[in-house]
Amino acid sequence: MENLEQLVQDGLAAVESADSLQALDQIRVEYLGKKGVITQQAKTLGKLSAEERPAAGQKINEAKGQVEQAINTRRSDLERAAIEQKLASESIDVTLPGRGQDLGGLHPVTRTLQRIENFFSRAGYTVEQGPEIEDDYHNFEALNIPGHHPARAMHDTFYFNPGTLLRTHTSPVQIRTMEAGKPPFRMICPGRVYRCDSDMTHTPMFHQVEGLLVERDVSFADLKSTVEEFLRVFFERDLEVRFRPSYFPFTEPSAEVDIEWGREADGSIKWLEVMGCGMVHPKVFEHCGIDAEEYRGFAFGLGVERLAMLRYGVNDLRMFFENDLRFLRQFR
Amino acid sequence: MKFSEQWLREWVNPALNTQELMDQITMAGLEVDGFEPVAGKFSGVVVGEVISVEPHPDADKLRVCQVSNGQDTVQVVCGAPNVRDGLKVPFAVVGAVLPGDFRIKKAKLRGQPSEGMLCAESELGLSDSHDGLMELPADAPTGQDLGDYLKLNDVTIDVDLTPNRADCLSIKGIAREVGVLNSMVVEAPEIEPVEAVHSEVPDIAVKAPSGCPRYLGRILRNVNLQVESPLWMQEKLRRSGIRSIDAAVDVTNYVMLELGQPMHAFDRDEIKGGIVVRMAEQGEKLVLLDGQEVELTAETLVIADHEKPVAIAGVMGGEHSGVSTKTRDLVLESAYFDPISLAGKARHYGLHTDASHRFERGVDYQLARDAMERCTALLMGIVGGEPGEIVEVSSDEHLPGDRTIDLREQRVADVLGLAIDRTTVEEILTRLGLHIDKLLKDGWCVHVPTFRPDISIEEDLIEEIGRIYGYNNLPVTEPVGSLGLRPEEEAVRPVSAIQNYFVACGYQEAVTYSFVDPKVQQLVDPEREGIELANPISSDLSVMRTSLWSGLLKTVAHNQNRQQSRIRLFETGLRFLKDGDAIDQQPMLAGVVVGSQLPENWVNGRRAADFFDVKGELEGLFRLLGIDIQFLASQHPALHPGQTAELVRDGEHVGWLGTLHPQVQKNLELNGAILMFELSLNSIVSGYVPNFKEISKFPEVRRDLAIIIGNDVAFADVERVAKKHAGERLTALRAFDVYEGESLGEGNRSLALSLFWQHPDRTLNEEEVHSLFNGVIDALKEELGATLRS
Repeated sequence: MENLEQLVQDGLAAVESADSLQALDQIRVEYLGKKGVITQQAKTLGKLSAEERPAAGQKINEAKGQVEQAINTRRSDLERAAIEQKLASESIDVTLPGRGQDLGGLHPVTRTLQRIENFFSRAGYTVEQGPEIEDDYHNFEALNIPGHHPARAMHDTFYFNPGTLLRTHTSPVQIRTMEAGKPPFRMICPGRVYRCDSDMTHTPMFHQVEGLLVERDVSFADLKSTVEEFLRVFFERDLEVRFRPSYFPFTEPSAEVDIEWGREADGSIKWLEVMGCGMVHPKVFEHCGIDAEEYRGFAFGLGVERLAMLRYGVNDLRMFFENDLRFLRQFR
Repeated sequence: MKFSEQWLREWVNPALNTQELMDQITMAGLEVDGFEPVAGKFSGVVVGEVISVEPHPDADKLRVCQVSNGQDTVQVVCGAPNVRDGLKVPFAVVGAVLPGDFRIKKAKLRGQPSEGMLCAESELGLSDSHDGLMELPADAPTGQDLGDYLKLNDVTIDVDLTPNRADCLSIKGIAREVGVLNSMVVEAPEIEPVEAVHSEVPDIAVKAPSGCPRYLGRILRNVNLQVESPLWMQEKLRRSGIRSIDAAVDVTNYVMLELGQPMHAFDRDEIKGGIVVRMAEQGEKLVLLDGQEVELTAETLVIADHEKPVAIAGVMGGEHSGVSTKTRDLVLESAYFDPISLAGKARHYGLHTDASHRFERGVDYQLARDAMERCTALLMGIVGGEPGEIVEVSSDEHLPGDRTIDLREQRVADVLGLAIDRTTVEEILTRLGLHIDKLLKDGWCVHVPTFRPDISIEEDLIEEIGRIYGYNNLPVTEPVGSLGLRPEEEAVRPVSAIQNYFVACGYQEAVTYSFVDPKVQQLVDPEREGIELANPISSDLSVMRTSLWSGLLKTVAHNQNRQQSRIRLFETGLRFLKDGDAIDQQPMLAGVVVGSQLPENWVNGRRAADFFDVKGELEGLFRLLGIDIQFLASQHPALHPGQTAELVRDGEHVGWLGTLHPQVQKNLELNGAILMFELSLNSIVSGYVPNFKEISKFPEVRRDLAIIIGNDVAFADVERVAKKHAGERLTALRAFDVYEGESLGEGNRSLALSLFWQHPDRTLNEEEVHSLFNGVIDALKEELGATLRS
C-alpha cells in the first residue's frame, strides 16, 4: 500500500506538470482509466482478507478521488487559460469606424412637409394632391380672382397658353377637393407652386401647404386656434402669434399671421409674417356648389421653405434647389 | 403707398408716436412696409442768405461769398453754379455735422478762408439731387434752423396696401382709418366751388361711357407756368415719393395724393377741336409723356382730340399735349374710369403709374368734382389764371350706383365666433363711414359709401367689424367636427415609406425644378417632346420635364464640380407628358448613383457602384412594397445598350434601370459610370396584404448544380425553365455563382444554382427529389443547350 501513496504522489505531480488539456487527459487515462495504475490497485484487494478489504478499498477510492480532483482543478485552469488566450488573440480596435452603407437624408422641404402632414393628419385632415399644370378656372376664377383682378398681377404666372398655367398656389386643390366631394372637409394640400420670379429671395418654384376645413359651424375663432396651435407645435415653442387683417380674394375675412421672432432693440416683439388665412369666401363655395348659408369654412396657406428656413436657420432660399450635397447632408 | 406722417397729422393727429401709429395701422390691415426719415441726420444748418458773391482770385470755378447766418456775415467759398446775391440757402455753419458724420470746420480753399458750407439737397439727405445748391424761398427767415423751417422732423411711411383698399391710396383715406381707430374727428381742408370768370368750356364727347362713366373738364386760362410750385408742396410730394416737375403736374399729383383722384392737365393749344373719350383704333400711335411711342390696341380706352389720341385714359398722358413752361391755357381732367375696363391695360404697355394703380383698384366715383375744385383752387394760388365752368359728362347707367347690404347679427357672431353687441357693431360701421339705412329685425341694412367699392357682400362688412374690433380681441376656440374614421388601404404604401427606404439605402433626396433645360432633356429623353412655357424665367428652365433624370443629372454635375465623387440621389415628383391635346402629369420616382457603392472605408470602400448594387436596392424596395417586378433586357436612347433593363409589372411597363450612355455622359460632362432608374409611382405603390400560410414542420431539401451555358442565355430564362420542371414543391431557386473564363470556351459562362424543396405535410423522399432535380437538368440541357459542369 506504500505503493499506492507513491502512485498518488506521482499522479499529482504529473497533473501539476500537464501543460495541455490533451496531456491532462493522457494522465487521467494513465492513472484512472480502466487500465490505469491506480485503478489496477483494486486487483490487489483479492489477496486481502474480508476484514481488510473494505479499508483497503476505501484507500484506493480516496487515492482515485484525490487524483481526479487534481485533474478537474487542473482542467479548469487550463480551459480558462485557453479561453483567455483565445480572447486575447481576438481583440480588435473598436475605435475603427463601422462599415456599410451610409445613411442618406430627406430634403429639408420634405422633412418639413412630413412634419406638417403628421400634425394635420393627427387632427383628422386628409392629404390631397392636385395637378401642377392647372387651368385658369381652378387657379384663379373659382378662387374669386377674375381676369381683371389686380391680384393676378401679383401672381407672376407662368403660362403655357392663355388658359393653361403652372399653379401659382396650392389653393386650386381646395376647389378640386370640394368639387369632388361633399362637406364636411378637412384637408391639407402640400405641393410645388410656381411664380415667374427669381432673385435673392424668390425662386421660380417653391412649396406651399394649403389647409381647408368646412363644417356646418366653424368660425374665425376656430381658425385662430388651429393656426396658433400649428405654429406652436411646429416651432415647439410657446410663441406669440398675432392675426393682422389682410386680403385674399378667396377668403373673407382674411388675415395674415405673424409670429414672435426675437425682440427689437427697444424690447418690443419682432414680428415675422409666416402664413395667410381666412374664412372661405361665399363666392368660392358658390363655385363649388356648396351652400354658404349651410356651411362655413376656413382656409390657410403657408410657405414651406419659409418655415424650413426659420426652423433650421437656413439663410438663402436658393440653396433648397441647388441640391448641393454639403447642404442636403445637414438635414439627415 | 408712401406718405408723409406730418401731412397725415394735419388731417388727424392721435396721441401716438410714429412707431405706435405705424403699429396701429398695420394691425388694421394697412401693413407698414417701412419708414424713412425725410432728411439725413444733421445739425448746425440754418437758413443762410448770400449777401455778395465775388470771383475767387485763384480758382475759376470757385466763388467767395459773404453769407449771413442771421447774426453775423461770414465768408464762405462755394463752387456751386447757382450761387448768387440774395439767394436763401441751407447754410452749414462752423461746427455743423452733416449726414455721414461730416463735420464743418474753418478751412482755406485755394488760400481763401471759408467758414461753413452752402448745401445741396443731397448733402442734407433730402434727395439725390446735386445739381447745385438747394434754393430756399426768398421769404425764408435767415438764421432759422433749417430743420425747424422745413419741419424735417417727419418720416415717410410706406404702406403696402392690399388691392381691395383703394380707398387708402390717399391721405384722406388713411386719415379716415386713423380717425376710426382712435375715435377722432378728421379735419379735411375746405373745398369750395371756384367761380368761373369766363364762359369758355372744353368740348367733351364720351363715346365709351362704359369705360368712362364720368368725365369732367375745365379750362384754366392765362396761367404762368414759369412759377414753380411752392416748397411746402414740393416737400409734401417728395416725402410721399413723388418728384416735383412743374406747378401743373405737382398740383395734380398733390390732389391725387391728398384725395385719391388722379388728374391730368393738357395744354389747351394742343387739343384740336375738343376732347373725345373713345376706344383706340387698332394700331394708332401715341408718344407718351415718358417719351416712348406705343402702338395702341382696340381694347385701350384713350382720351383723344378731334385728330388723334392725346392720352391713354387713366394711365398716362401724351407728350405732345403735355404742359410746359410756355403753356398758357390748361384743360384740366378729372374722371372716373371703370376698373374692369382699365384692368391690365397699363401692364400691356409695360407701364404702371400712380394713376393706373388707383383706377384699376377703384376710385371713388363721386370724387371727381371735389378734386377738380381743389385742383383749380390750388393751381390758381400758384400760377394764377382764369377758371371757366366745369363741364361734366356722366352716364348714370354705367356708374357703380348706390349699394346697400343686409347684415345679420347672428351671421356676425357665427363667422367671427363672438357675439358682438349691437351698439359696438353700429358704432364701428358708422365710424367707417358706412351708413345704417334702417334697422332690421335680425340686423341692419347698411349703405356703403362710394369710397368703399371693395365692400359688396355681408362677409365684407363682417370683416370690417372684425378688423376694427381687432382680430386679436376675438376668442380662440377649438373647431368641433365629426370624428368619423377614414378608410386607409393597407396595400398602398405612402410615398414617405419609399422616401425613407431610399434614405436608409444611403440616398440623399433632391428637389429639382419641374422645368428644365431643353438641351439636357433632349439628351436624356430624345423621343419625347416636352411642354414649353410661354414665358420661362430663362432658356435653361423653359420646358417641363418629361423625366426626372434631367434635373438629377444637372445636380450630379453641380456636385461633381464641387469635389463630390460619391453621389446617390433620388427624387419624387411629377413629369409632364403630352397626351394628344391633354397633359399627363405622372408622379415619378427616380434616382442616380455614381461613385463608390459604400462610403470609402478601411476594408473595401472604393468599389464603384454597379448595375447589380442598384438593382438589389430596387428589389429591396419592391419587397417593401409587396410587388413583383421583372427586369427585362431592353434598349433606351439615354442608356448603355448592354446595361439597360426595362421594369415590368404584370406585363405593364413601370420604368427603367440602366447605366447612362457613355456618349450622353460625355456630352453632359459627367464623370464615372452613372446608374439611373425611373419608375412610375402609381404603378408600384399598391402591393398586397399579407396572407398567412401554414409553416411546414418537415425538412427542406437543397440540391446544387453548376451548368455551362451560352452568354446569350439570360439567367431569367434559366430560372424560368428550372422552375417549370422543378415541381410545385420548389420553394426557392438561387444563383450562387456566375463565372466566365477561357476554360469554359468562348461565349460561355458557368452558372451555379441551388434549388430548395419542401412539402407542407411530409418529408420528401430521396427518389422524388432526385427525379425532380434530374428533370431540371435535362430540361436545361434540352431547352437551353446547357451542359453540366463536372
